[in-house]
Amino acid sequence: MKLSRRDFIKSQAAAAAATAAGVTLPTIAKTEHKPDPDIRWDKTACRFCGTGCSVLVGVKNGRVVATQGDPDAPVNKGLNCIKGYFLTKIMYGKDRLTKPLLRKKNGVYDKNGDFEEVSWDEAFKTMADKWVAARKAKGPKGVGMFGSGQWTIWEGYAASKLMKAGFRSNSLEPNARHCMASAVGAFMRAFGIDEPMGCYDDMELGEVFVLWGSNMAEMHPILWSRITDTRLTKPGSEVHVLSTFTHRSCELADNKLIFKPQTDLAISNYIANYIIQNKAYNKEFIDAHVNFTKTPTDIGYGLRADDPREKAAKNRAKGKLSKISFDEYAKSVSKYTLEYTSKLSGVPKENLLKLAKVYADPNKKVASYWTMGFNQHTRGVWVNGNVYNIHLLMGKIAEPGNSPFSLTGQPSACGTAREVGTFTHRLPADYVTKKDEHCKFAEKIWKLPAGTIPRANGKTDGKEQSDISGKPMGKTLIHAVAMHRALHDGKMNCFWVQCNNNLQAAANFNGESWPGWRNPDNFIAVTDPYPTVSAMGADLVLPTAMWAEKEGAYGNSERRTQFWRQQVKAPGEAKSDLWQIMEFSKYVKVADVWPADLIAKMPEYQDKTLFDVLYKNGQVDKFPKIQVTDDRGNKYDNDESEHFGFYVQKGLFEEYRRFQLEGKKKGHEMAPYDDYHRARGIRWPVINGKETLWRYREGYDPHVRELNPNVKKGDVYFYGKKDGKANIIFAPYEPAAEPPDDEFDLWLSTGRVLEHWHSGSMTRRVPELYRAVPHALVYMNPKDARKRRLRDGSKVRVISRRGEIISRVTTRGRNKPPQGLIFVPWFDAGRLINKVTLDQTDPLSKETDYKKCAVKVVKA
Amino acid sequence: MAADLNNPGADAIAAKGWFKAHKWLLLRRMSQIGILLLFLLGPLAGVWIIKGNLSSSLLLETVPLTDPLLFLQILAAGFTGLTIDAVIGAAIVLAFYWLVGGRVYCSWVCPVNMVTDAADWLRRKFDIKGGARFHRHTRLWMLALVLILSAVTGSLAYELINPVSLFHRGLFFGMTLGWVVILGIFLFDLLVSKRGWCSHLCPMGAFYGLIGKFSLIRVRADARDQCNDCAECFVVCPEARILPPVLKGEQTGVPAVVLSGDCTNCGRCIDICAKDVFHFGTRFGDSSNPAAAKIGDKPSAVNQ
Amino acid sequence: MSNTRQSRKTPPRSTKSAQSRRRFLTDMARTACGVGLFGVGIAVYSKSASALPASAIRPPGALPEEDFLAACTRCGICVRECPYDILRLGRLSDDVPTGTPYFTARTDPCQMCEDIPCIPHCPTGALDHKLTDINNARMGLAVVVDQENCIAFRGLRCEVCFNICPIRGKDGAISLEYRHNARSGMHAMFIPVVHSDACTGCGLCEKACILEEAAIKVFPTHLAKGELGHHYRLGWEQKNQAGKSLVTPDVEHHYNMPEGVHYDYQNAEITVDPEKAPATDKALDTLNKGIREAE
Repeated sequence: MKLSRRDFIKSQAAAAAATAAGVTLPTIAKTEHKPDPDIRWDKTACRFCGTGCSVLVGVKNGRVVATQGDPDAPVNKGLNCIKGYFLTKIMYGKDRLTKPLLRKKNGVYDKNGDFEEVSWDEAFKTMADKWVAARKAKGPKGVGMFGSGQWTIWEGYAASKLMKAGFRSNSLEPNARHCMASAVGAFMRAFGIDEPMGCYDDMELGEVFVLWGSNMAEMHPILWSRITDTRLTKPGSEVHVLSTFTHRSCELADNKLIFKPQTDLAISNYIANYIIQNKAYNKEFIDAHVNFTKTPTDIGYGLRADDPREKAAKNRAKGKLSKISFDEYAKSVSKYTLEYTSKLSGVPKENLLKLAKVYADPNKKVASYWTMGFNQHTRGVWVNGNVYNIHLLMGKIAEPGNSPFSLTGQPSACGTAREVGTFTHRLPADYVTKKDEHCKFAEKIWKLPAGTIPRANGKTDGKEQSDISGKPMGKTLIHAVAMHRALHDGKMNCFWVQCNNNLQAAANFNGESWPGWRNPDNFIAVTDPYPTVSAMGADLVLPTAMWAEKEGAYGNSERRTQFWRQQVKAPGEAKSDLWQIMEFSKYVKVADVWPADLIAKMPEYQDKTLFDVLYKNGQVDKFPKIQVTDDRGNKYDNDESEHFGFYVQKGLFEEYRRFQLEGKKKGHEMAPYDDYHRARGIRWPVINGKETLWRYREGYDPHVRELNPNVKKGDVYFYGKKDGKANIIFAPYEPAAEPPDDEFDLWLSTGRVLEHWHSGSMTRRVPELYRAVPHALVYMNPKDARKRRLRDGSKVRVISRRGEIISRVTTRGRNKPPQGLIFVPWFDAGRLINKVTLDQTDPLSKETDYKKCAVKVVKA
Repeated sequence: MAADLNNPGADAIAAKGWFKAHKWLLLRRMSQIGILLLFLLGPLAGVWIIKGNLSSSLLLETVPLTDPLLFLQILAAGFTGLTIDAVIGAAIVLAFYWLVGGRVYCSWVCPVNMVTDAADWLRRKFDIKGGARFHRHTRLWMLALVLILSAVTGSLAYELINPVSLFHRGLFFGMTLGWVVILGIFLFDLLVSKRGWCSHLCPMGAFYGLIGKFSLIRVRADARDQCNDCAECFVVCPEARILPPVLKGEQTGVPAVVLSGDCTNCGRCIDICAKDVFHFGTRFGDSSNPAAAKIGDKPSAVNQ
Repeated sequence: MSNTRQSRKTPPRSTKSAQSRRRFLTDMARTACGVGLFGVGIAVYSKSASALPASAIRPPGALPEEDFLAACTRCGICVRECPYDILRLGRLSDDVPTGTPYFTARTDPCQMCEDIPCIPHCPTGALDHKLTDINNARMGLAVVVDQENCIAFRGLRCEVCFNICPIRGKDGAISLEYRHNARSGMHAMFIPVVHSDACTGCGLCEKACILEEAAIKVFPTHLAKGELGHHYRLGWEQKNQAGKSLVTPDVEHHYNMPEGVHYDYQNAEITVDPEKAPATDKALDTLNKGIREAE
């Protein structure tokens, strides 16, 4: 590094200015690379977590050669975490898949054959045969697709159309089912509209930050640096961290609460009780904006119906709310005294009290954050709701700094998985298949005959929907875990996984996923850039374009939608998920999957393919293919547009926007397509060209006055509910499905580490990240280790009732579990911890609980 | 002297058969290679009978063994924190060589011996004569030097280049340039000086030679009256000067046992002798003149 | 040198009678000189060859380098005992003294086994048998050598070194110092700080560092550590150690203050008695404002 005299004087001046302003600049000099005129820079969103950092991608000679944090992005201001730092390398693993691969023996498809390279034509022909046959034989649940919160928005939207309208099947689920479903369930139950009311600015505007089951320090690194900065610079700010084990976020905690698994239900009720007992609640707010309800209890654990725990459950999977009074609510939570809660949770009284006091203090602004600790929970919807209860009791909601905020794990869990309708029960923009009129609305926009989309109960206008199988449609919903069970039982015969590593990620690998995938009756297709565990378990592997190899869009946790242009070409014959969905639809004829009476309503569709009906419908193909450019005159490819002959992404997005703008549901409005290519993300609802930062509050959210003209200035109106009132829902503490016993004497919690993204298929191919964290370790309390005659580094078997893995113990790791609990990350394809986990779900949200099952650990 | 002294052993083979005429040589090679294999068994096969190398090792996870010369160097270097293991290890090694012959280390254990034996064999094959001569006390000087060096530098300076440990360690822990040193010794012995390294320069040989002065098991020439003066034993003996006084000792009153510390107990003289003049025995017994035990120290007639 | 040349030049060949004796003497001299010269060579070589390069770290328990070079037999038993196979013996071509054990943190750091298997069988105690708690090992010291390229100093969230460090907790070897990122204005920086009183020099951090060239490196302690002037003491640390002021504690001070206002010199704090001060919601604000106006 050379520092010229001029530079030196400049840096001195900067330091002097900083000193004058009362800040300390790190005493470092510049080491930036000289601008390289041959590199073309353009913006993208980071490929990894739900934070939504903006990244500039540098391309030279058709290859991404560099990235940088986008200095103009409001979320990250040029920063990245260590995964974002290595974005350049994720697309260039040596083992990128570049050709479709089909299991074959003697030149024909064979489930037990070896993978052989095939053409896209052969791949899709084989796949279409299987799909059409399975759809005809087994009904709407005979085929299934499993997508992702890492899909781009249009990929999710196109998939939703393909499955719901094309194949007339609701067997579409995203991996967000394992990630955000509980949060969604709680949003819908409490507010009637999905996604948080607040935004990231609460991290600067709040005073007290409470983490409920989130290790933001590792999982949302850039957001955590914002909270840390506030804690550092704002007098009076506090951080409270609740977790079942000590982790990195606890380092900043003014109040650390390590509780016994599942007792977060009790702690949240204790706080509500404290608020009520001390009459600290905001009566005015409650009277005007809240209904009190309760939820059925003893609802089981989402296990198979023959499991004794399910048979014993009185209200299996029931969730219908019933109204109660404030007094009844107060009585319900009165059981959760400080004494009782402290004993149950193992958290010292003073810590509980300290937490309760900040919530109950009307002058303190509190922002609550949570992620998988709350969502991957057999009572996830309940416990999400319990935190809303606290905020609603105090009226600390929907205003700057006061914010219950569900953080998303994935880059587009909101933007794609939740918003475009990739769940079995959902349609785009919060419409649901449960409601006949919602389906009709979707059919109108999609130019489909009425009754095309399968209703949740298989009925439209009170009549059974007819099906190509000749049988009535029947009940059509099937969630992710149920899909694996259906594969296992041979009820679902075709399965297509895109953009996630389903086989590595799903719980109970040995008992359900693997046997289901390898069931001889089943045909499994996996779209993947790399030979992942899922690809290994597949029958057809389809190579895909990743991230900057396609035009894309993600929506982050704070409702911010970010677009990017295609920066480089995918290697070999790899094609984006979007291309694959649309191209595959050309191989299926409407008559293959729709019954005659449905086609009779629109006879012009008789000989059409699904592609013609879904994507060449005069709407999606409305925008002609153009040369994509930016305002600096750089040119970009768009391989999908090139192939299909129209601006595919724009067509899909603009059709999707019709759901937001033309329906009854308000509050999900997005900006026109082209706006996003110019902005560093725009937070919806976008009304009159303006973004909405805080929802439900007059002044901040134009819908409030529009829908409730009599609203007082600055007051809230929860317009997702008919009466404008949010629900406080009483949900009690109930024990976990599989607590430790004498034999399996430890809790197992699984999760992630900062350095690796999910199943590690990208980050483990970055040599530096692999070197930093090569393998998944078993984080264990030193006392537990000593009891088992283990020491740091000992090789161990982690055994549950379902399976085991071999790994090494660490007692000196970053995570410090209390006695009785171990933590194992799931990124390691060589140590599949999901062989051990239990396929339990929240019966309401159907989201898997990966945080609680019983294991034993013995020396290997 | 009918024998071809460049190809000694023909008579012995004729008289005793090939195997008997190479018995000790074969055993010795088995010992040298066997010891190497024993050390290699760990890293290659995971069977840890012995760990370490000739400098120090651990036998069967319990018995410590330490090269006594190295032990002395450490003391000379001024290090006083030695563990009891080190003392025991050195004592065991010392006792062992006192028993079986000091320079048994050189001929039965040291891997360099195979290199220098090969050089010597080739030297005879190609009839390479002459070369540098060394004073026969050179190696004692070297020994002194090694200890002085330790004292002066405060470190085991000689170990930086000691070809013996370099070679032995290198075989198990990686050689790189160590091969150059070994090649150097080979070429030195082949082209510059007959038996130059082992018999003249190596301070380890000198040290074990000192132990050998007192050691128990010796080569005896009890049948020296059978000697037919073929001189083949002189040719193969690495320390040839030590044999004639014993063979011709009947006249001078020298006992029929090789008492010189320089004898490596290699047994080559036993193999090569068609008349079975030599055999292994102890230093005691049948000794007409114990006082003559020091005979080996006198200037010898043959000094190659 | 001159001796050697002389002795080479002058083997007397003429007089037969003195030949034997003379030859004996010259041989002696020649040998002595040759060996002596050889010795000087080794001694000089040993000076240069005994310098341990900064990247080579001795195993846990290794004595100070001078003692270590005197005591280590170069046997490699420690190499064999290491279950992670990280140790190497210096080879003739290496920069490390021949035959002595070392490891390279960037490629194979010490995994800090709790039972320290490399030590007990060290035959001479070159690896100190008294070291039984690996946390007390001082193989070297990690240093964040390049604060310009360490991305934590730029505000990126890396902390790989901190995450991997096995000496954790309050008295851990690496801690993170939170610093306000003045550039972004809204993010904190997590600056790794190494504490020499806890760092064992195992090198896990150096290996994990994700940069092309590690920004945190383990150096032999003597290279890594500075030393405070012998003439100076850190007052607050001395006071902490003593548990009280080294001299007579300060007297109690009294100040001229408006009624109801208290001034705490030690904490530089002005407090207002709410009853006696002029009635206001936020007394401190008013007070501070007043002071500023006075300026």
